[in-house]
Amino acid sequence: MSNQRKIPAPIPHPETQAYWDAAQQQKLLVRRCRACGEAHHYPREICPFCWSNDTEWIEAKGEAEIYSFSTMRVGPAPYTLAYVTLAEGPRMMTNIVDCDPDKLSIGQKVKVVFRPCDDGKLAPMFTP
Amino acid sequence: MSVRDKAYIVGVYEHPTRKADNLSVAQLHAQVAKGAIEDAGLSPSDIDGYFCAGDAPGLGNMSMGEYLGLKLRHVDSTETGGSAPIVHVHHAAQAIAMGKCNVALVTLAGRPRAAGAALMLKPPDPDAPELQFERLYGPATQNGYAMCARRHMYEFGTTSEQLAWIKVAASHHAQHNPNAMLRNVVTVEDVVNSPMVSDPLHRLDCCVVSDGGGAVIVARPEIAAKLNRPKIKIRGMGEALKHGMGGKVDLTYSAARMSGPAAFAEAGVTQADIKYVSLYDSFTITVLFQIEDLGFCKKGEGGRFVSDGNLISGVGKLPFNTDGGGLCNNHPANRGGMTKIIEAVRQLRGEAHPAVQVKNCDIALANGIGGSLGARHIAGTLIMERV
Repeated sequence: MSNQRKIPAPIPHPETQAYWDAAQQQKLLVRRCRACGEAHHYPREICPFCWSNDTEWIEAKGEAEIYSFSTMRVGPAPYTLAYVTLAEGPRMMTNIVDCDPDKLSIGQKVKVVFRPCDDGKLAPMFTP
Repeated sequence: MSVRDKAYIVGVYEHPTRKADNLSVAQLHAQVAKGAIEDAGLSPSDIDGYFCAGDAPGLGNMSMGEYLGLKLRHVDSTETGGSAPIVHVHHAAQAIAMGKCNVALVTLAGRPRAAGAALMLKPPDPDAPELQFERLYGPATQNGYAMCARRHMYEFGTTSEQLAWIKVAASHHAQHNPNAMLRNVVTVEDVVNSPMVSDPLHRLDCCVVSDGGGAVIVARPEIAAKLNRPKIKIRGMGEALKHGMGGKVDLTYSAARMSGPAAFAEAGVTQADIKYVSLYDSFTITVLFQIEDLGFCKKGEGGRFVSDGNLISGVGKLPFNTDGGGLCNNHPANRGGMTKIIEAVRQLRGEAHPAVQVKNCDIALANGIGGSLGARHIAGTLIMERV
């Protein structure tokens, strides 16, 4: 219902292939730096906080809360863009799906779900 | 080393068209360049530095430098989106101060309205590291800014009615601009009752889509002194990048929080000295952020500050965008930085429309936000003085 618009499939890079492979298993990965302890998003090989290469994947719990959101009312179908704050710390851009957009609020708890892009590959989104 | 007092804006020109059905992008760049050099009273052969960004066709200053027959010893194609012309004026002043050029041309032009918005969208760069984590979620320009507006409302109690005052002020100015796309004065009710585009932003919270462009000529002081034009000196400049900070996203402020203090420090002036501001008004919320981040009021108080006509020339304390801005006048090439400089120069010269001319306008500020407020963007802040 919420996904009648075109959802262009992401084009992974070598350093992010694991993130998208995990998404096909309905797992959300976060990149964390062993040197400074900070998790970040989007994932990079080199930590954006301390520039250490000693970064690793961790599996996110899939729990988050809405930081901000907006529902696009023009175009083929309404859809809700959002930033959510993951339990692991970083905020990520996503869509809030399977919801009544008029009933969303900042601070609302959401959980990860995986929805297909136009090529059928799964991508992480969030739902109340 | 500072750019303060090292360079002058000696020529400006704004293209009158708002729909360029029968003009190429190269022609638009050339026409605004010609207009600005004539405004300065200089010759094309005086130009030895050229600055343009991604809106210039082909290979930018190579393609346009050839088209215009320029002989260049300094080039700069720094791409910061809509703030690029302000950043270019900064870089031109630096180059002039370093002796790398004497007369710098900055152009911006485009025809997104005639071409149709779809034609303007170049295919996204698959090598951009953020692309795969954003594009699938549909970040259009409107919803990125809308998320900033919603967070600002959540944290500070800002209202749609307060944002609407920004559009109301722009419309009061645009009624006097015969070239403006939207010349009707609107009310707060008109704005909040206009169709929702991406909540909480309404149609009238958004800027226009227009064709056109503009150009600026920056020259060294010895050249400016010989010209029979009002002398507009560059006092100070700042530029800064803000981004997603590795996931520490904060949608309550813009890069102007960093570029502004740098410009004020270099200029040696304070907010109280600024008689007029040009603020990039891609959306009403963009203006609100800049007013707060540039220090014209405290963070979170922008909604109250812009209310009740405080941005209307002759009415309020901080007259802004007296040409009608992007909200009512034009937004050539989907980039608002150039017209911000031009209207500030008009104000300093005393050449704005008499109905909106600010009295004794001796110091003005122009600020641009290039990129997206809701993601990565670069701000440029320019403070100028009539001497």
